[in-house]
Amino acid sequence: MSKTSSKQMKKLSIDILLGGVLVFGFTALVLLIAGAPVFATLKNIWLGAFASTTKISQVLSVWVPLTLCACGLLFTFRANLWNIGIEGQVIMGAIGAMAALRIPGIENPVLITALAFFASIIGGSLWGLFAGLLKTKGGVHEIFGGLGLNFVAQGFILWLIFGPWKRPGIASMSGTELLPRELWLSTPPGWRVSIGGLVIGVSVLILTWLLLEKSMLGLKLTAIGQNPRAARLYDISPVAHYLQSIIIAGGCAGIAGFLQVTAVYHRLIPSISSGYGYLALLLVMLAGYRISLVPFLALFFAALNVGAIQLPIVLQLDSALSGVIQGCCVLSTLFIIGIRQKRKQS
Amino acid sequence: MIGDLSLPVLIASVLTASAPLIIIALGETLTEKSGVINLSLDGVVLFSAMAAFVVAKTTGSLLLGFLAGGFAGMLTGIIVGYFSVYLHLSQVAVGFALSLLCRDLAYFLGNPYSRVQGPTLLAGKLPFYEALPSSLQIILTQPLTVWFALLLIFILYYFFSFSKAGLCLRSVGENPAASFARGLNPGRIQMAAVLAGAFLVGVGGAAYSLSLKPGWGRPQGAEGIGWIGLALVIFGGWHPMRVALGAMLFAFLQVSGIGLQDIFPGVPSQVFQTAPFPLMIFTLVFMHYSTKNNRKQGYRENRFQRIIGKLFMSRAPKAIGKSYRQE
Amino acid sequence: MDVTFQHISKSFGPVKALTDVSLTAKAGTIHGLIGENGAGKSTLMKILTGYQSKTGGTILMDGNEVILDNPKQAARHGIGMLYQEPMDFTPLTVLENFSIGIPGHNRRDLRFALQNLSVRFGFHLDPDRCVEQLTVGERQQIELLRLIHCQTRILILDEPTTGISPAQKEVLFPALKQLAADGMIILLVSHKLEEVATLCDEVTVLRHGQVTHHTTAPFHFPELLTAMFGSVPERQDKAAVREKGSPVLVMQKVEAAGERQGLHHCTISVAEGEVIGLAGLDGAGQSTFLRLAAGLTIPEQGTIQLFGEKLPKKPAASSCAQALRTSFIPADRLEEALFTDVSLSDHFSLKKKQSSFWRSQQKAKKLADTGISTLSIKGQSENTAGDLSGGNQQRLLLALLDPQSRLVLLENPTRGLDIRSGHWVWQYLRNKLPKETSIVFSSPELDEIIHYSDRILVFHDGDIVMDSAVTDTSHDAIAAAMAGMKEYV
Repeated sequence: MSKTSSKQMKKLSIDILLGGVLVFGFTALVLLIAGAPVFATLKNIWLGAFASTTKISQVLSVWVPLTLCACGLLFTFRANLWNIGIEGQVIMGAIGAMAALRIPGIENPVLITALAFFASIIGGSLWGLFAGLLKTKGGVHEIFGGLGLNFVAQGFILWLIFGPWKRPGIASMSGTELLPRELWLSTPPGWRVSIGGLVIGVSVLILTWLLLEKSMLGLKLTAIGQNPRAARLYDISPVAHYLQSIIIAGGCAGIAGFLQVTAVYHRLIPSISSGYGYLALLLVMLAGYRISLVPFLALFFAALNVGAIQLPIVLQLDSALSGVIQGCCVLSTLFIIGIRQKRKQS
Repeated sequence: MIGDLSLPVLIASVLTASAPLIIIALGETLTEKSGVINLSLDGVVLFSAMAAFVVAKTTGSLLLGFLAGGFAGMLTGIIVGYFSVYLHLSQVAVGFALSLLCRDLAYFLGNPYSRVQGPTLLAGKLPFYEALPSSLQIILTQPLTVWFALLLIFILYYFFSFSKAGLCLRSVGENPAASFARGLNPGRIQMAAVLAGAFLVGVGGAAYSLSLKPGWGRPQGAEGIGWIGLALVIFGGWHPMRVALGAMLFAFLQVSGIGLQDIFPGVPSQVFQTAPFPLMIFTLVFMHYSTKNNRKQGYRENRFQRIIGKLFMSRAPKAIGKSYRQE
Repeated sequence: MDVTFQHISKSFGPVKALTDVSLTAKAGTIHGLIGENGAGKSTLMKILTGYQSKTGGTILMDGNEVILDNPKQAARHGIGMLYQEPMDFTPLTVLENFSIGIPGHNRRDLRFALQNLSVRFGFHLDPDRCVEQLTVGERQQIELLRLIHCQTRILILDEPTTGISPAQKEVLFPALKQLAADGMIILLVSHKLEEVATLCDEVTVLRHGQVTHHTTAPFHFPELLTAMFGSVPERQDKAAVREKGSPVLVMQKVEAAGERQGLHHCTISVAEGEVIGLAGLDGAGQSTFLRLAAGLTIPEQGTIQLFGEKLPKKPAASSCAQALRTSFIPADRLEEALFTDVSLSDHFSLKKKQSSFWRSQQKAKKLADTGISTLSIKGQSENTAGDLSGGNQQRLLLALLDPQSRLVLLENPTRGLDIRSGHWVWQYLRNKLPKETSIVFSSPELDEIIHYSDRILVFHDGDIVMDSAVTDTSHDAIAAAMAGMKEYV
């Protein structure tokens, strides 16, 4: 037994090494094509993410929404749903939160923040529910229903920012008016991440683990994901569980939207989701749909994102480099998995 | 008509705006008919648009630019094909990851070429331009991409319906095991379909940066087009004619959005720019839903219906998305 | 001309499908290849067509070794195979199906060739029809014509009569004899002795992947049976007819879609304790009937009553049926009834009636271990369903069966099982379940139906054409009804 596991460990470490070489090789190639210094660029990303507590806290402020979205996606991937609509669900969560924060007449900031929190969950899960209903009632594949809803959410937020919620005077892409200070989630001085956000992120992570690994819901979602036809013989309704999983995913994404509004931007901007929904899809794929890897890989992705922010200023490079590295990680992993499977068969 | 647009101008702008999308969606149709879904379209369009613009800018040659776009598309096709046909990985996962990778790669590599002037393919007058009535003069003065797109519709229609190679390609999409049993090589045919399709997608991407929305930048203006292309293929029933009609409908929505903006100055222009995307997807969803119900009733077709069906109705290749493993 | 197999072997991982198989087939003859399910007949033939690779051995044609790595090379040597499940493209037309894999591409020529060949063999095929509207027999005819058009010299037929009616058989057999007389080598794979006896000149018997017997016509049946099964399987006594009680399942004027023809004006009543066999050709409506009773298919018209309660006409019907203690075991176990990567004990927790919020792994393991030992499943509770063999998957499904089921619906319960496992399954169903449990099952094996059921329903093209107690009918009468011949009934 120990012999096989040590052999497996060896195999795994070779795989990780191979993946690292592939990713590094590709990134270096891309940088060379762009005429950028390879090591200086990578060093810059590293410094941009970890040089100071402020930077590290900024990484954490990206880690929280990424983890939240990834947790939600773990549910839908379990049921074999491709919840590409997660991006729109983040946006709708943010809109929900903002709508609650704009309710006039409530003075107590704690109460109104709590209201915003629940409104964001409702906004996100409602959007998830729509995608789920399009699939179960309309027979529309969730990828296309989700995309359509993403576009709708994008249009909706633009309309709000340029229409009813526009800043007094001129409407602009820079978003709505800043929230009053007392509605900002509290952030320690010098930090960029709110304690509340971290607490929410970690608790959703634990809750997700409990639900997926220890409850019947997780098992039933696995069953449905593997064989929805067989599930009916076990009196498990695929439709109900598809909807449940996508509502949970929408709720998680909604919370991410809530944090983007109350802890990061303190207003509504057109790109409030920062593409975290799509990035979380990559993240969960890279984690092999396993929750144990999600927090660590989320940290890695967040560090890349934050580290790349200063590239345009320091090296005149586009910050999209982080996305290149992230995408390359996923493809390399898929490649190694594919090669392994192929070798196993022959 | 809508706003200040007269009918000929409207038709002309719809044709112009739809050409790149037609090329992209038809490329994907070709790929999917062989049973492989290439979900990376959205990123590939941007990547090839960037490659095309950069090459055209540095060489000064539009032709080289279009070819570069095509080959950039093909390069991504190699990855999609190898991963899904030979490694049997999930086509959705590979396509989605590649899509994001290509998009960011395009932004990263294209950064130095942002907002610079480059060569542009302009609308050209036909040789017998003077002989045409004025409305046709407006409609038919189009860039070459429009003629290419229109020609491509008929080429693909002929290819699928009447050619031997097209039949073999469709047979692989329907039942690769049976194709193999009959002496075909499903893997090779699928790979060829993926590469050819990706080449067309690349050319479509080039048509954005070299003709419809000339130039490069972040955002370029072709964002989201790949997703629309994918939706068009599915809801267009994998039929070249219907797919192309869908592309024209989308262009119509975009064009009329511009016209409507003048009528409703109160609504922000960003809304009009985004609106065609959800509108399109949901129009397609409803069209799809209504034809699906029709088909369920299982009526017997007469000869006329059969011809109409051949022209406009079609459906998913049976083995789509499933990778074929040789025993 | 002749074709010779020399010491062919084939293994799938650790499983040996063929060991040291040698045989020769000569031009102008029909060579039968017989054996029970899983004896290796189809594998041997797929090796000849290049569809599967061999592990060892050589294939000679006219004494020269030939390399057959893929169907294309085999076709170049004139080798063609008619597969058991038609290998064709259902959404395409007859003509398109005919032309795929044929050299030459002039449509008019191909249409002409197809029509000529159809006339020659007496087949009626409309070149422009979609293949999905055709019967299995007609689909085979297209394939046969295509192979003949391709100048096939070695024709392999894998169970050609599984899905076709006796009438179609009468068209097929003379055509085959004619082809052999014209100098073709025909290899016929079958497990039906009568068929082999009427068609073949020579017979080779395979058992567990080895040649156990070789003989020429005329054939001596007991000898062949011994070679096929080891020793002649003794016919067990007919299972005893059970007591009947009050009706448990009542269908009234039910119309439903499904399979080829759906199911029409079905009015039937099943009583407590009855064992009913559903006979019919593949896709004649039996599966639709079972799924209707299980609430998995919703009828378009008519009503279905289980234990006096009407099933609702919505997807929740299956849940209702299960609440009324109706269980259904489909034929395709991994496709429809099990979760490939889920462990056995998790299957038990999923099946548990009183559902809790949290998973209790110990309880599930205990349940699984009990099930594993009572049904002697070869596997551990941590194994996944996909790890099990077909027979053990069936045992797992029986272990998951609610022991208090009052109506058990089974679709082809012995599918893919060897004789011993099949017998074991029936032993369990008839003896271990309470006597009041009604059992309704379908099977493609008429013998299984006659042997185990009390009452027989025969389906033909979506109609129930015969409803009779097993004692009041005969093998021939049922076979005739299955083929739609009214005069017998």
